Amino acid sequence: MAVLTEPGPGAVGRSPSPEGRRRPRRNRGPGALATSFAGYAVLVFFALVFLYPFVIQLGNAFKTEPDAAANPLSPVPSVLDLSSVQRIFEGTDFPLWLGNSTLVTVVVTIGRVFFASLAGYALARLRFSGRRPVFAVVVAMMAVPPVVLLIPKFLVLNQLGLYNSYAALIVPLLVDATGVFVMKQFFESIPVSVEESARIDGAGTFRTFWSVVLPMARPALITVTIMSFQGSWNELPHSLVAVQDPALFTLPRGLADLVSGSLGKGNQYPLKLGAALLATIPVAIIFVVFQRYFVRGANEGADKG
Amino acid sequence: MATDVLTGSDDPGRTAPAPTPRRTRRRGGIRSAEATAGWIFVVPVVVILGLFMLLPILMALWVSLTDWNGQGSPFTGKVPLVGLDNYTDLFTRDGLARQNFMTSIRNNLYYVAIVVPAQTVLALFLALVVNNRMLRGRSFFRTAFYFPSVTSSVAISVVFLFIFANSGAVNRLLELFGIDGPQWFADSRGVLHILFGAVGVDTPPASLTGDGPFGLPWWEWLSGPSVAMCSIIILVVWTTSGTFMLMFLAALQNVPESLEEAGRLDGATRWQRLRYLTLPSIRPTLFLVLALGVIGSWQVFDQIYVMSQGDPAKTTLTPAYLSYRTAFRDFEYGSGAAISFVLFLIIIVLTLGQRWLLRERDSGRRIRRPRRRGRETGRRS
Repeated sequence: MAVLTEPGPGAVGRSPSPEGRRRPRRNRGPGALATSFAGYAVLVFFALVFLYPFVIQLGNAFKTEPDAAANPLSPVPSVLDLSSVQRIFEGTDFPLWLGNSTLVTVVVTIGRVFFASLAGYALARLRFSGRRPVFAVVVAMMAVPPVVLLIPKFLVLNQLGLYNSYAALIVPLLVDATGVFVMKQFFESIPVSVEESARIDGAGTFRTFWSVVLPMARPALITVTIMSFQGSWNELPHSLVAVQDPALFTLPRGLADLVSGSLGKGNQYPLKLGAALLATIPVAIIFVVFQRYFVRGANEGADKG
Repeated sequence: MATDVLTGSDDPGRTAPAPTPRRTRRRGGIRSAEATAGWIFVVPVVVILGLFMLLPILMALWVSLTDWNGQGSPFTGKVPLVGLDNYTDLFTRDGLARQNFMTSIRNNLYYVAIVVPAQTVLALFLALVVNNRMLRGRSFFRTAFYFPSVTSSVAISVVFLFIFANSGAVNRLLELFGIDGPQWFADSRGVLHILFGAVGVDTPPASLTGDGPFGLPWWEWLSGPSVAMCSIIILVVWTTSGTFMLMFLAALQNVPESLEEAGRLDGATRWQRLRYLTLPSIRPTLFLVLALGVIGSWQVFDQIYVMSQGDPAKTTLTPAYLSYRTAFRDFEYGSGAAISFVLFLIIIVLTLGQRWLLRERDSGRRIRRPRRRGRETGRRS
């Protein structure tokens, strides 16, 4: 509504109060207006490109199968059909996958945060021989491409007799080098004086770490928590080589199986889209709430494929 | 290191200087307690990284020299040792193994050649637009572009399977423009072959039918990515550009505004300002994005696993997926491990190349460093 009453399309970029003080930057004549209009056009176009697939997913998850096949572009179901949602829970192992994924994600995240902060603290602050080699190894491990470790990880799990167990799903993921690195960087930014006063008060190393330094590292802890949550919730390749038993499938694994395996190539799209949607929701919520920590994680030199 | 431990001189104001002899650094006094604690703190990380990253690499190196088929343990005498056969099969010996491997290398080369420039340009473009200080709602758009990057690659692949289905959204859109869309995931034709076909070259000229490098005919090397691969390329570019956009954005926000102003005052056009002012100031990030892109592109796996499993006609086979398939579907673990080592080598070389390049650039950097105030300063919504 408000937009319609404005003098022209270019004015969209202006400040909401037309006769308010104009900042000099906003007032560069028609050229700048055209620029900002073009800027919005580009932004809106790309926002559509980046978000519309999710809209399609949402819409089609609640369609009947013929409806989804006939109107794949339409975001609104012609008849709201919840049968595929029902079939997700009753006709597939979705609840099982959800349970497994939740277990794996929770344990992996807690483990990663705990171990990463312990090691990060030691590498940042404690003096012990071997500190530098350990840090060098951690940095080197950040560069190891996970995909080439698939067969190797399988070999170790097999040798240790862990293959096809929850331990196989969880233990190898408990530590990740990037988390250690992030924590170390953060601990180095905390002033030493804080710990010194704790020491003077008689706190031991672990006590100092746990009750004094760790609470100060909240932002870094949240970053690592979110990176771990997102990473382990979405993890497919590791579960492919760690387990074989369908009772141990995680959500991504179950989803992949649903698409390529048991239901065959043919259709059932509302069902598949709905299951994918449910798998996306937890990450989406966390993303919306903790957005800036995702941003921080991405700028930590993330290794997304 | 040892001196650190002995003297502790870098930590002034430490309590209880403990006048005990320095020799006994392992026992008594705060220093050794600290050393013990240090080791205890890093032990979980060292053990798990060692057990699930270092050790496996060595074990796999061994397995790549054997013909292990997954039965029993690969570390007993019963497993036939074949030396470098698995490797020579990939490079020099005529056969299915080499044909598959070279096909996967070809596919991945085309994939890298398209994905990396496309995602970099798109990410940079989006970052430049989002960075525009005159626009409102930038944080919304930033969120929108980044959102696909954080969601599950498997879930996204399911969505794209639907979107690229024969009567899916993409083909419906194409229909609106009067284009008859392809059967995306069933079309194994290479786009270069299609282009050749458009100019009348349907069958390979005689000079190209012969064997090319590594046993794959030249005509096959020159196929371009298949139509099926193109849909995966589109998906990946769509997913990853958000992450790289954020990296560009962080870099752009460290570029002093005065630089842009100065350029404007000197009458530089928009393009000139981008080319001669902005791009040079964010060059390290540009290199980092390119390098991460190349490294990531050689590891494409999830999307292939979910969407095509290497089909149609092996045109979406990549080394990463091929190594998985060879080991876990054909039970040729030795060959699969050999493929992953070759892939490992490719990626290590790329990583080292990136380090080297960045080092060059960093030392050869010109002016305009002083204005930088650390990476964190530019973060704003």
